[in-house]
Amino acid sequence: MKKAFEKLFRTQVWRSIFRHGLPLSNRTRAEAVFYNFFLHVHPTKVRKRSVKFTYTWGLGGLSLGLFIVLVFTGGLLMLYYRPSVAQAYWDMKDLQFVVSNGRFLRNMHRWAAHAMVAIVFLHMMRVFYTGSYRPPKEFNWVIGVFLLVTTILLSYTGYLLPWDQLSFWGISVGTNMVRAVPFGFGDTISYLLLGGTMVGENALVRFYVLHCFIIPVAAVVLMAIHFWRVRKDGGV
Amino acid sequence: MTAEKDFRSEESSNPKKVPKRVAFIKPRTAARVKKEEEEMVMTVPNLVIREIIAFEVMVIVLALISLTFNAPLEWIANPQHTPNPAKAPWYFLGLQELLHYFPPIVAGVILPTLVVIALIVIPYFPINLKQEGLWKEHRKQTLSVLFTVVGIVSIILLWFDVYAMLIPTLIVTALMVVPYFLNKETGIVGWLGSRPLSWWIMTWFIVIVVVLTTIGILFRGPEWSWTWPWNEIY
Repeated sequence: MKKAFEKLFRTQVWRSIFRHGLPLSNRTRAEAVFYNFFLHVHPTKVRKRSVKFTYTWGLGGLSLGLFIVLVFTGGLLMLYYRPSVAQAYWDMKDLQFVVSNGRFLRNMHRWAAHAMVAIVFLHMMRVFYTGSYRPPKEFNWVIGVFLLVTTILLSYTGYLLPWDQLSFWGISVGTNMVRAVPFGFGDTISYLLLGGTMVGENALVRFYVLHCFIIPVAAVVLMAIHFWRVRKDGGV
Repeated sequence: MTAEKDFRSEESSNPKKVPKRVAFIKPRTAARVKKEEEEMVMTVPNLVIREIIAFEVMVIVLALISLTFNAPLEWIANPQHTPNPAKAPWYFLGLQELLHYFPPIVAGVILPTLVVIALIVIPYFPINLKQEGLWKEHRKQTLSVLFTVVGIVSIILLWFDVYAMLIPTLIVTALMVVPYFLNKETGIVGWLGSRPLSWWIMTWFIVIVVVLTTIGILFRGPEWSWTWPWNEIY
């Protein structure tokens, strides 16, 4: 068995995909990082202190992990969901009772979304209490605050999509708060968000597009800058 | 007692003329200058294996939760029928709780905007870069400034009857001044005494957020009245 694997690792096809050998020496371990697209955000060596679990609690990594879970489950949910007043709620019912594992898929998306809001907030607390916002990382903290806002907006726009009482009135409460913005801007912003004066068909489509395309793209761009700067400032 | 200096400072860019140099490390210099010799480990396997385990544990926990608890789905949206109380998602319930006390423009616009701005500017204020304890120097001035600020905040909170913010504020303030009156270097008091001002402000903010959100989630019922969670959770 072991020999068969060793033979496989030496084939030309395998070596064309993974250019390094097995990570048995420090040289090949370093190569495993910088010859790999997904790992090359990491340095080949990291501080022992930053690897310690009780220093970071893995909160930043878990936020990314939750985002990946949400993109995956969200993509699958999009196959079954149509953002219109006539169909949205009944598509949710179908997910519950007709689609195989539909209920599990939706549960996973819902709980991961709630968890992400909490974990991102906890990550911010950790970064504050370890003083990791100090120079030269000031601006990365700012990007982090934007990412927290983005996470909340992602969760909030998704809240409307099931089109049940919970989502309709949850969004109504929020957009009524927006109306309090002074100098007439409040009504303008809320009209822009809802595509009307109250939560209806247009609001559903707008929140759907914001939730599934515009905000996730913004989040990915912000995350890319966030991770890149973490690495440039000597983190993992 | 002034010892005779056996060196003089000199500015020069010529290393042959002035071979010995002194590096001045300012407080704003990166942390990595201070600790040059840090123990390093290889990313593969030390970091990557931990990332994989953390992700897998997270997915397993999520899957178990998803198998046990169902996501809520109420009746189809009905604009004619307002539930009582109409609640926003849980992370906005702190704000909605504020809306109960303050006019909408304060609770819905000014306070959230100020919070986001305050978070953004944290790293740009030297006060947040200080690591000395609050009572390290200027003890008397610090105490009077603290009492003035807390006094003004308390009067505003009393004016609007915001006991949900007033009580946590007074508790945090009490903890802040304990090390002033009990001069101890060790134990809990010593630890409290070593906390810088930024630590106290952030801790106060987090305590307020947690208290308001918890009240919004568990203790509010019809007409936003106080309801005990063992009677019913809305």
